[in-house]
Amino acid sequence: MKNKPLVQVKNLKKSFGDNLVLDGISFSLNTGENKVIIGPSGTGKSTVLNCINRLIMPDSGEIWLEDKEIVTAENINKIRQEIGYVFQGFGLFHHLTAKKNVMLGLRKVKKISKNEAEDIARFELNRVGLTDVDDSYPAQLSGGQKQRVAIARALAMQPKLMLFDEPTSALDPELIGEVLNVMKKLAEEGMTMLVVTHEMGFARSVSDEIIFMEGGKIVEQNHPEVMFKGPENERTRQFLFKLDDLYGKGGE
Amino acid sequence: MVDFLSQYLIIDIFISNFGRLMSGLRFTFTLTIVVMFFGTIFGVLLALGRSFGSKPVAWLCTAYIEIIRGTPMLAQLFILYFALPPYGIRMTAVTVAYLGFTINCAAYQAEYTRGSIESVSSDQFKSAYSLGMSRWQTIFIVVLPQAIRWAIPAWTNEFIYILKYTSLAYVIGAPDLMTQGKFIASRNYQFFRVYLIVAIIYLIIVWISTWIIDIVEEKLKIPGFG
Amino acid sequence: MDGRVELIINSIPALLRGTIITIQLTVLILIFGLILGLILAFGETYGNKLIQKLTALYGKVIRSIPELVLLLLVFYGLPNLGFRIRPFNAAVLGLGIRASAYMAQIFRGTFKAVSSDQITAAYSIGMGKYMTFIYVIFPQAIRSFIPPFANEYAIILKDTSLAYAIGVAELLRQGQYIIAVEYDPLTIFLMIAAIYFILTFGVTRLLKLVEFKLKVPGIGAESR
Repeated sequence: MKNKPLVQVKNLKKSFGDNLVLDGISFSLNTGENKVIIGPSGTGKSTVLNCINRLIMPDSGEIWLEDKEIVTAENINKIRQEIGYVFQGFGLFHHLTAKKNVMLGLRKVKKISKNEAEDIARFELNRVGLTDVDDSYPAQLSGGQKQRVAIARALAMQPKLMLFDEPTSALDPELIGEVLNVMKKLAEEGMTMLVVTHEMGFARSVSDEIIFMEGGKIVEQNHPEVMFKGPENERTRQFLFKLDDLYGKGGE
Repeated sequence: MVDFLSQYLIIDIFISNFGRLMSGLRFTFTLTIVVMFFGTIFGVLLALGRSFGSKPVAWLCTAYIEIIRGTPMLAQLFILYFALPPYGIRMTAVTVAYLGFTINCAAYQAEYTRGSIESVSSDQFKSAYSLGMSRWQTIFIVVLPQAIRWAIPAWTNEFIYILKYTSLAYVIGAPDLMTQGKFIASRNYQFFRVYLIVAIIYLIIVWISTWIIDIVEEKLKIPGFG
Repeated sequence: MDGRVELIINSIPALLRGTIITIQLTVLILIFGLILGLILAFGETYGNKLIQKLTALYGKVIRSIPELVLLLLVFYGLPNLGFRIRPFNAAVLGLGIRASAYMAQIFRGTFKAVSSDQITAAYSIGMGKYMTFIYVIFPQAIRSFIPPFANEYAIILKDTSLAYAIGVAELLRQGQYIIAVEYDPLTIFLMIAAIYFILTFGVTRLLKLVEFKLKVPGIGAESR
């Protein structure tokens, strides 16, 4: 099953002005795998996700989704349809109801009929545990509901890969759980996911591998149990130690 | 006594010129609605050109908007009506009114629309792109509908503004309410009383229009927009 | 072509005379509008019920009547009541009345922009009324005043062209005089448009600069 990786990132580099944000990032992700990127803020974690969807153009390096190269792709819109993206700030379309938000990509990008798109939207909203928000506008939803609509919107496109960019960082503490539960469920269903997060509990219990990034480089990638019990790298240990102070032990 | 009072009443002038005043009013309304319709379309196109067009397109749109907004409406009407005929472009006063007010209205609408385009946050672009939408798809399907919602208050202001400003048609003699008033006054020499009638009619139609607009605005409201 | 250059040069003195009248009109209308508008805004914000109602009604009525109609009402109305008035003064009065209603709105917005807890805070550190105004209210108010004021200035300047209708020899009418003799309306009108453009665009850009210099995060109002 895990013969050829779904995603391969090779020696990715990006700077903004004089600031080198990504300094040779390489990793791969198999179908059904679930990896979490952790690290101090400002170390380029989100930039990696942005590059995979080419929302930011890397300076050099390669990104492969199966047999398609993303950085040099002619039609990026085609590839983006295969990658779901969940933003820290939700990114819901303010002028559309929850259901219409989910339907928009189906109707306008995939050109699916209205009825079919509506069925898919209902199904996906249901899947993330939202049953009675179809006609609510984003402004009428809680943060947790907004983020779940955003996840449903990404799922509706039937992506091969889901990218989560700090999906719970903009949420009130009591709303974080509902979003994490949805993500956990997706992982169990076999969705391939790459998640940037500070939620160590989620990282430890759900991910197949944790990638620790600092200063634009991958310092260590390892199985979560190894990472939390005895990280090989001194910097990783210090970072996780500090996180313990901030967020408590990374266990359940 | 009655004789003395009637000298100060305007009702008799209003009644004896009712037909003329109403035909002026009809023209004023038709002019306003047509101008707003085309002004909005051209205004949105100009705003799109200025915000998303290529360098030369953006520059041209900016120049148009700033020049029109920087010069008086009256001068614009004069150029169309008096300055073009020597070059073989002859238009009736009515045509000049439709054209001139539309040219003017488009520039202001463009400015309002641009302001609201800029208030649509960049994360809307990002999430549209992440779904695989192209740039122009994003602009027309995601950004513009939101921008138009934000621009509604300015748009309704502009409607009232144009409704009042069409009175400038008077200087070129297009048969709006004001021109009809001038015609009546130039026959009975009761300038003040006739213009008082005209003022009251404007007052009433502006208030009624504002009232209707408020109701419509309330109906179109979307949570999260203003 | 040569004739056109000559025409342009020869028209400059007359157009400058018109420009001066236009600027005089603008300045006087601005002063009239600012003073009356400030009084109206005070009345509407701090007056008793009756004064509030009356000032609000004044604003609503004036803002609903086209400026041209207001101008003609003043021009023909005052003589009717026995006051003789020169066209220039009628223009200042008529357009000034219009300006006052809009200025009142701007001032009202400005008053609102300075919240009352700012004043309480100033009192709490021992500032008197006078000091509070100078050091707390005014610096905040001026920042939210400039953008709508710049907008209103441009409208007033352009609307002085309406004084043409009652025979004031402002820029547009000066142009008409030249055209009557020379008959090259396009050249003259384009010159006039250019002068107006410099006066509006130049001054609003200048005010933008002032606004930018004074800019503080969190303070400032959108112009209409």
